[in-house]
Amino acid sequence: MKKTFKILLITLLCVGAMALAALYISSNNIAVLEPKGMIAHKERELIITASLLMLIVVVPVFIMTWAFAWKYRESNIKSKHAPDWEHNYIAEYCCWGVPIVIIVILAVTTWKSSHDLNPFTPIETGRKSLTIQVVALDWKWLFIYPEQGIATVNFVQFPEKTALNFVITSDAPMNSFWIPQLGGQIYAMPAMRSKLHLIANEIGSFRGVSANISGKGFAGMTFTAKSTSHSDYHLWVQSVKQSSKQLNLDTYDQLAEPSEYHPVEYYRLVQEDLFDRILMNYMAPPQK
Amino acid sequence: MFGRLTTEAFKHDWIEYLAGLSMVLGAIFFIVLITYLGRWKWLWKEWITSVDHKKIGIMYIIFSFVMLAKGLIDAVMMRAQQAIAVGDSMGYLGAEHYQQLFTAHGVTMIFFVGMGVVFGIINLVLPLQIGARDVAFPFLNNLSFWLFASGGMFILVSLVIGFYAGTGWSAYPPLAGIKYNPGVGVDYWLWSVQISGAGTLLSGINFLVTILKMRCPGMTLMKMPIFVWASLATMVLVVFAFPILTATAAMLTTDRLLDTRIFTAEFGGNPMMYINLFWAWGHPEVYILVLPAFGIFSEVVPVFSHKKLFGYTSMVWAIVAIAFLSFIVWLHHFFTMGAGANVNAFFGIMTMIIALPTGIKVFNWLFTMFRGRIQFKTPMYWFLGFIITFTIGGMAGVLMSIPAADFQVHNSLFLIAHFHYVIIGGTVFGFFAGYTYWFPKFAGFKLNEKLGKYAFWCWMLGFLITFTPLYLLGFMGATRRLNHYDVVEWQPLFIVAGIGSLLILCGFGLQILQLIVSIIQRKKTMDVTGDPWNGRTLEWSTSSPPPFYNFAFIPEVNQRDAFWVMKHTKTAKAQHRKYEDIHMPKNTPMGFYIGMFSFFFGFGLIWYMFWLAAIGAIGMIVCIILHLYQKHPDYHVTAEEVAEIEGRKQNV
Repeated sequence: MKKTFKILLITLLCVGAMALAALYISSNNIAVLEPKGMIAHKERELIITASLLMLIVVVPVFIMTWAFAWKYRESNIKSKHAPDWEHNYIAEYCCWGVPIVIIVILAVTTWKSSHDLNPFTPIETGRKSLTIQVVALDWKWLFIYPEQGIATVNFVQFPEKTALNFVITSDAPMNSFWIPQLGGQIYAMPAMRSKLHLIANEIGSFRGVSANISGKGFAGMTFTAKSTSHSDYHLWVQSVKQSSKQLNLDTYDQLAEPSEYHPVEYYRLVQEDLFDRILMNYMAPPQK
Repeated sequence: MFGRLTTEAFKHDWIEYLAGLSMVLGAIFFIVLITYLGRWKWLWKEWITSVDHKKIGIMYIIFSFVMLAKGLIDAVMMRAQQAIAVGDSMGYLGAEHYQQLFTAHGVTMIFFVGMGVVFGIINLVLPLQIGARDVAFPFLNNLSFWLFASGGMFILVSLVIGFYAGTGWSAYPPLAGIKYNPGVGVDYWLWSVQISGAGTLLSGINFLVTILKMRCPGMTLMKMPIFVWASLATMVLVVFAFPILTATAAMLTTDRLLDTRIFTAEFGGNPMMYINLFWAWGHPEVYILVLPAFGIFSEVVPVFSHKKLFGYTSMVWAIVAIAFLSFIVWLHHFFTMGAGANVNAFFGIMTMIIALPTGIKVFNWLFTMFRGRIQFKTPMYWFLGFIITFTIGGMAGVLMSIPAADFQVHNSLFLIAHFHYVIIGGTVFGFFAGYTYWFPKFAGFKLNEKLGKYAFWCWMLGFLITFTPLYLLGFMGATRRLNHYDVVEWQPLFIVAGIGSLLILCGFGLQILQLIVSIIQRKKTMDVTGDPWNGRTLEWSTSSPPPFYNFAFIPEVNQRDAFWVMKHTKTAKAQHRKYEDIHMPKNTPMGFYIGMFSFFFGFGLIWYMFWLAAIGAIGMIVCIILHLYQKHPDYHVTAEEVAEIEGRKQNV
């Protein structure tokens, strides 16, 4: 009686925990599993496919663990005992064979997806893409739109269904540039130019972060990535162009000073080759 | 005179004062206790200067337990911060303090708990399992321990004097360079890693030679217990991997001290090289941590299933394959650095191939249980817990080995959940299984079963409650190392994780209680046979605890599970041979001295007290020379003494 009660209680607790978890998951935004861009969509497919494939091995392991532990418990003297049984070809072929097949499938998937979803490969849409230069600073993100002649801090806006070419560097320690709902991340490194190609399938605001520690104010290095209609985007560009703040070498130096939880800022870009200059600073630093 | 050490270094916030104070009080309590008991001489002669592998092993494990307590408190503090630091609330810890916490937590757990218990258990068990009287280089073993302890001291000292690194345990430049981190924190990190790493490398060489040269007659490689095989593979990894860490840390040190600009972003330095080198060591390192745990389970499962280990040969090949593969997967730690698709795919595929030998091991353990008679003692609980956590963690690992999937979870809490699932589930649970299993061998009595099981349930449930939400948080875009976050919806999960970490702390508390209760009740669980679990390997053939020379007669082996065979062919008791003189190494204080001088050396360089560093360096060299000139590092235990000790044992 006491035992049944115990089992009942444990089952109830487990079911309760699972119900709570389900409730939580359904009422919240699971960014990686609720993608808003093509790349993130494909990455989610990949995660789900790979997980299901692995469950083919993992589920039997769990079942075998509990079944064997239960059946061959010491008190169950009816079960067979074979103290010297240490080898069986069929069992060993299965344990090697099934996982090998799964790993081969996974390996092929890996090879293909690594090329399909290579962050350095541009996305083909047949329409003009938008280039945005990204600089990780202590502790904020600077976005430069070289063709539009504007720059923003901790905020990036772009039209939907347009291929985005992010060109990324850092003028601070290494960071990682990540907008989970649009796709995977890439490191932002000083003296290096990395690239990330994303696209937003719909209108919306997405959370962006730095995923790699870069010092004291790192936790505040979040930004908003806003996908809008084309007309809204053009209006926005025009309004930023009217901004009273100019981004030239002097204002850049001020901006690059460490600051935490930096507010959103809009600049008119004066120094057009700013991004290249930031990079080149590391190749031949000015002697101070 | 004091370099950059000023009174500034002693100024902290109240939480740090509390931590420092508790540490200082702990040290004072220990000193008073030893003085009160009048045990200083005993401590010095029997422990500090001892070259006995069993005593060194016990010292490793005690040190690891102290560090584990510290690391767990770090962890609970981090969980508490993340449970409250959302939106407008900044939590109770400043960003820099929080960053030091997780760095210290990582270094403590990897270097001083993980490595400590690995070498602790190997020290205790391995020589006995191969029928040897000691390791190949007993003095080196003592030295290794003191270098390891000296490395650990830096973390503890940084609580009181100065501060620790806040860069994360991997200390990537340029963040860890002098430009962004001019303070002493990274230097503390460097020297704690450098000096303990040197100790580890020496241990690696020592045990590699021990396994290859000191096995008892008849024990060919394929007759060794799997734990010895796992240790052999581990030592090969140590010998190949640790020099990389040493060199990398040395280069970062010269970058910081001498402005060499090897890993700087400017002046032609290359931070990416550091990341490559760090993980070229770092990935084998995780297998250094987990392979011995596999070895422990391979001993525990057959004994408690009353059955031979299933698939010995495939087990051995699996270990060898894992060891080999562990050197060609390091790039999976930074797929996001932007290597081309071919490179990423290669390293991804190599990584998932490791799942094959690892999977084989899991199946072999399961088939060992199949048709067995399983006794559910505490070690088997840890084993079952391990299977669950390690399989889930491994699955997450394979998922992350696919580069395009990794882009979405890299550096997120998903990753944190993954490696805690495999390291706690693997190394820590494995160690606890081994700790319970081998405890009676060295203490002479068993640990309390009931409290052991309570501790297991606290650990297991606490573990699941702490780390399972982190998988979900990772998918929600929560990155690691955040002292504060702005997404209010995450908070419930962080609170759940915080509760889980308290449960783990309870589990650890219960283990301490278990140890105390077991010592008090030792009369009831005394092991007089030397073989309390009906064991299969040679360590159970000698008394519990073993005499300092381990075996009065060196055993001879002609099959696997040597002691099992002896018991069943009745050769175990048939020893009426004459005792012979036993050749043993003498104790020496030089390992302790060198360890202390290495601490001065590191401490001097951290604080720019170059005279102190010079004293440390000269001291180390002088001690090594003095040790080399020692004329009689060994002695003989005469046959009469052996006869007397053995006779005393039989009269108990």
